[in-house]
Amino acid sequence: MDTSRRGFLAAIGSVAQGSADMIEQQPDHEHQLVPSDLTLRVKALESLLVEKGLVDPAALDALVDTYEHKVGPRNGAKVVARAWADSAFKRRLLSDAGPAIAELGFLGTQGEHMVVVENTPKVHHMVVCTLCSCYPWPVLGLPPVWYKSSAYRSRAVIDPRGVLKEFGLDLPSDVEVRVWDSTAELRYLVLPERPAGTESLNEEALAALVTRNSMIGVAQVKYPRTEGDA
Amino acid sequence: MNGVHDMGGMHGMGPVQAEKNEPVFHAPWEARVYAITRAIGAWRKWNIDTGRHYIELIAPADYLRMSYYEKWHVRMVELLLKTGLITRSELETGKPEPGSAKLTPALRPEQVAALALNRNIASSHDPKIPPRFKVGQRVRARNINPLGHTRLPRYARGKTGKVDRDHGVYNFPDTAAHDLGPKRQHVYSVRFAARELWGEQASPHDSVYIDMWDDYLERA
Repeated sequence: MDTSRRGFLAAIGSVAQGSADMIEQQPDHEHQLVPSDLTLRVKALESLLVEKGLVDPAALDALVDTYEHKVGPRNGAKVVARAWADSAFKRRLLSDAGPAIAELGFLGTQGEHMVVVENTPKVHHMVVCTLCSCYPWPVLGLPPVWYKSSAYRSRAVIDPRGVLKEFGLDLPSDVEVRVWDSTAELRYLVLPERPAGTESLNEEALAALVTRNSMIGVAQVKYPRTEGDA
Repeated sequence: MNGVHDMGGMHGMGPVQAEKNEPVFHAPWEARVYAITRAIGAWRKWNIDTGRHYIELIAPADYLRMSYYEKWHVRMVELLLKTGLITRSELETGKPEPGSAKLTPALRPEQVAALALNRNIASSHDPKIPPRFKVGQRVRARNINPLGHTRLPRYARGKTGKVDRDHGVYNFPDTAAHDLGPKRQHVYSVRFAARELWGEQASPHDSVYIDMWDDYLERA
């Protein structure tokens, strides 16, 4: 068992040691520091791996393009809209999410074992990964920085209502809050409440209302949608 | 291991700061680190549990200081060296060892789309491995403090909850991370009342559901 920290990071030495002169503040990264030469290090590593035949640069381009443009919360929004519009689909989704999501083609890496939990006027679900950054990629894409942050990971389980207030959601005290800590390979998606007044909307219009944050469980879906809601 | 990564319930990390109109990657190097990690993963030289453990091995001060993909970069370099996919001198010179044969990449571009999105329903059903606990049963999370990898968060250890659902059979991270075998066993969502975890300050209505392997649990 290799659990020693001794010598760990030695290979990339300057990242961990003696690097104070080449790190600079990155305000977007919440109190974290990034070495300014990381661009060069990653380029050098990629070129070595390509030259050795370990990675194909076209596969790397395809991965970046896929997660920047094809996999994201619009997929999850389609699942939610289908559930709102089709009660039989909703029953299948809540009882065994995998086969139901497969109908839309949104299973895949980090979404192999899906669970969907339903918000109601009396029960509010929210999802966290306190140990790392587990997140249902095929339906939500890669997680935002705040989801992976120390602040969210530490507080979501001990102070969920405080966290929700920071997201602008002040739940009445009699609403039950259920926090799902993704410690295993199950990946959780929140089915938010369908907002009032949307009875005449079709599935596509419903999907346009559904935000990423509502499917993590840190927001509710609003109608009409507020400009700029994530 | 009782590392800084095990953050549930810690104080002092500040408010949650959400960025408006956040891009998927904040810099091209982040995108490349993500993609290289995925493409190298296709060689199957290490499993997901080992991968998680190598993030946890980053020393606490570095873990808190580094950005997310910076940690991924550290992990990838360490695992490339550990598994021999690259040598230290290759890393230092940036060039393959003289005379080494060029390999064929494990991940081809045309495979990417179907990895990311597909209709492959994974089964976690295995009738040969019986569950040790039943839905509805009261259980206690064991008080274990392993030096190696574990997915039993500290804030749950010694606490009592109720099995909410049985998710089927999965590899056991505590052994899988260290190449000690998959030790497949049942995983359950266990419901812990917020007051059981945090005391009287917590809402009497609230709860935390934690995914727990058989080996993390004992009868309560």
